[in-house]
Amino acid sequence: MGKLIKFARIFAHKSTPFFLMSKDIRFRRGLDIKLTGESVPSIAAAPKSSVYAITPDDFHGETPKLLLGEGAEVKAGTPLFYTKRDARIKVVSPVSGEVVEIQRGARRKIMEIRILADRDRIDYEAFRVPVISNSSAEALKAFLCRSGLWPYIRQRPYAIVANPDDEPRDIYISGFDSHPLAPDYTFSLRDKRAEIAKAVAVLKRLTPGQVHISLRASDTDSPLGGMDGIAYHRVHGPHPAGNVGVQIHHTRPINPGEKVWTVQAPDLVVIGHAFVKGVFSPERVVALAGSQVKQPKYYRALAGAQISSITAGNVKTGGKRLISGNPLTGTQVREEGFLRWYHNQITAIPEGNAHRFMGWLLPDRKRFSLSRAGFFSWLTPNKRYALDTNTNGEHRALVVTGLYEKVFPFDLYPMELLKATLTKDIDRMEKLGIYEIAPEDYALPEFVCPSKTECQSIIREGLDLMIEEVG
Amino acid sequence: MKPLRNFFDALQSKVRETPKLHKYQPVVNAFDTIFFTPNQTTKNGVHIRDGVDLKRVMGTVVIALIPALLFGMYNVGYQHFIQLPGAHGFWEMFRFGARRVLPLVIVSYTVGLTVEFTFAVLRGHEVNEGYLVTGMLIPLIVPVDLPLWMLAVSVVFAVIIGKEAFGGTGMNVLNPALVARAFLFFAYPTFMSGDIWVAGATATDAISGESLLGKLGLGHAVTGGTMRMFVGLIPGSVGETSVVAILIGAIILIYTGVGSWRIMLSALIGASLMGLTFNAIGSGALMSFPWWKHLLLGGFMFGIAFMATDPVSAAQTTRGKWIYGFLIGLMSILIRVFNPAYPEGVMLAILFMNVMAPLIDHVVIASNIKKRQRRYRSAIANS
Repeated sequence: MGKLIKFARIFAHKSTPFFLMSKDIRFRRGLDIKLTGESVPSIAAAPKSSVYAITPDDFHGETPKLLLGEGAEVKAGTPLFYTKRDARIKVVSPVSGEVVEIQRGARRKIMEIRILADRDRIDYEAFRVPVISNSSAEALKAFLCRSGLWPYIRQRPYAIVANPDDEPRDIYISGFDSHPLAPDYTFSLRDKRAEIAKAVAVLKRLTPGQVHISLRASDTDSPLGGMDGIAYHRVHGPHPAGNVGVQIHHTRPINPGEKVWTVQAPDLVVIGHAFVKGVFSPERVVALAGSQVKQPKYYRALAGAQISSITAGNVKTGGKRLISGNPLTGTQVREEGFLRWYHNQITAIPEGNAHRFMGWLLPDRKRFSLSRAGFFSWLTPNKRYALDTNTNGEHRALVVTGLYEKVFPFDLYPMELLKATLTKDIDRMEKLGIYEIAPEDYALPEFVCPSKTECQSIIREGLDLMIEEVG
Repeated sequence: MKPLRNFFDALQSKVRETPKLHKYQPVVNAFDTIFFTPNQTTKNGVHIRDGVDLKRVMGTVVIALIPALLFGMYNVGYQHFIQLPGAHGFWEMFRFGARRVLPLVIVSYTVGLTVEFTFAVLRGHEVNEGYLVTGMLIPLIVPVDLPLWMLAVSVVFAVIIGKEAFGGTGMNVLNPALVARAFLFFAYPTFMSGDIWVAGATATDAISGESLLGKLGLGHAVTGGTMRMFVGLIPGSVGETSVVAILIGAIILIYTGVGSWRIMLSALIGASLMGLTFNAIGSGALMSFPWWKHLLLGGFMFGIAFMATDPVSAAQTTRGKWIYGFLIGLMSILIRVFNPAYPEGVMLAILFMNVMAPLIDHVVIASNIKKRQRRYRSAIANS
């Protein structure tokens, strides 16, 4: 009998159930594009921006319904608009101040909501924070919606803001960003363990499945590491290793009808902060990077801050492209533009609007290429490049094959899926695996494409079509 | 380069501002972009782009073809002069060959590009770089004595029926250069056989103008050393004879990543296996012809290095490429041996597999789809 108990103890000792065990994700396909101007680990506080703006386009597919007009006084956390799809989903003001301008585009589409910030202080909307451990999923969802945190929760398939009525199969969080010049979360979020843990505790209650967190295999010190009850995955491989879609694909791929929710690691901090402090504060540690930056480093700023408040005095003069986000998936902005909702990076690279004599024929040491046809980047794998925005050629029909596959670590056929998407063949898109991908997963195929195809926007349109037709 | 740039800038703005000239925009762009990489920048999506473009890809193939072209020029002269009495020097042979080959190249490019530009203007699309390669391939796979008008007709046929009818480069089913050659063979069969492979073949030797494959097909013994075949000093189409020159080209294609090594390797394996099988049976001169010599003869090497690897008409999936190449090799030798009236099998093998390539891809992709659907089904069953 005693022996039996001993035997049982061996099994009881196994503290992590089998489905929580960490899984190693390994692949070789992909590409790390090494650019000059990586941020050094040092954080400066950006001077407070005088104007902040919310761009409704950041919330893809959502039509904003304004809750207040020009001249209204707002606090940080005051709802600015709700979405036409679901009145519960609200987007709130990042600061306190006055709504000074609602900028409209063609057909009166709302482009930007600008807020003139109070000069020396931020007034916050006070929230009554639910106690996580004894709140139902519904109560937590209601709080997330009320407090403007909901848009941080996004769903796959389709890469859009999640639907509060859904019960996600799993929730995935990528613990690192592998894009070129991306912020290093292990550094930038290092003192945010408490907020992250709080947010993860909330997310755990929203799904009957698991909360999955993927970490870079070499990273032992991640602020997202070491939490209980989490399915951890360690990723070995080049970019897009940090893309959450790749991580889902290699662990529990999405099937038709299933919903998986995703949250960016820095967004956990905003969610956690609201639960700890009871206020909404979209604080970001933004990496200012790129070859046109004088001293690439990190800045503390709020989402919606004017770009110039972060870049002032630290970017080189002359022709440059400013990007909110990274050079593969980010959005082009002007200096008087604004830091976009989901972004943790501002990139400044040279504009490439110059002709090059015989550029297609002569050997080129300054340009990076996956191909060896007159390029030497394969000889110096660690060399960093100051790439510009030149397309390096004109758009053409798709000719070269087998190239997308080299940078696409999914078990599906990228070019065939792209072609099915171009021809709006919904049945074939579904068969080829459209549910598993987001536009960002096609950023590398777009980068390497010799025919200069705009893969990401094609995939985005395809996903929008799926939303319309399949839902 | 400033004056040239200014010239193009002036030309571009003239075309932009004159409504009548709008339709010629593709022509101006084509010439402009030959000299200058355009100053276009990325808009949305990725902000940085890989350095490679289609012009460079196609340019690389043309560079890879140059060894075969140069050797072809020399060999044309060599084949011509060895049937004549007297000693002749290297440069004399090369000059003779160049005088015979260059008109083929010039006619091929002029006629082909004229058709391409016409279509670009009529249909309002940019001129694609595909013809840079096709235009070089065609002169290399025809007999040197081909009348220029025949070449011109075949080029027009290849570009219009082989490519533009399908929507231009990237959309074609068949390799346009092979369409040109197939057109020649079936439209002018009496010309495309017999004593055509040596420039100005005189009657000094009745069959000296016959290619070795032709001899083989007629049941004649093939003489001449293996080294000769390897180096390429044998009669044949302009660029196809020298295995050495083709290998240099193939290495360029593989090293730059422009040509698929999978297709080349699997075609070699397929041809070797077929040859070995025939050797094992060994009935008749053709069947017992050593398998490895098959690889050195005719257009086989040229075909698998430069034509089978055309990404547009080949299989597109990785697994599909292995199957596609293997079957090309297999069928090339099969056609050679079983159809002595038409010993050059590689052209028909590639054309046939061009047609079959979408089917191969379909099967390969279907297995991927099936795997996914099994997962879909089991997910539904579990929920």
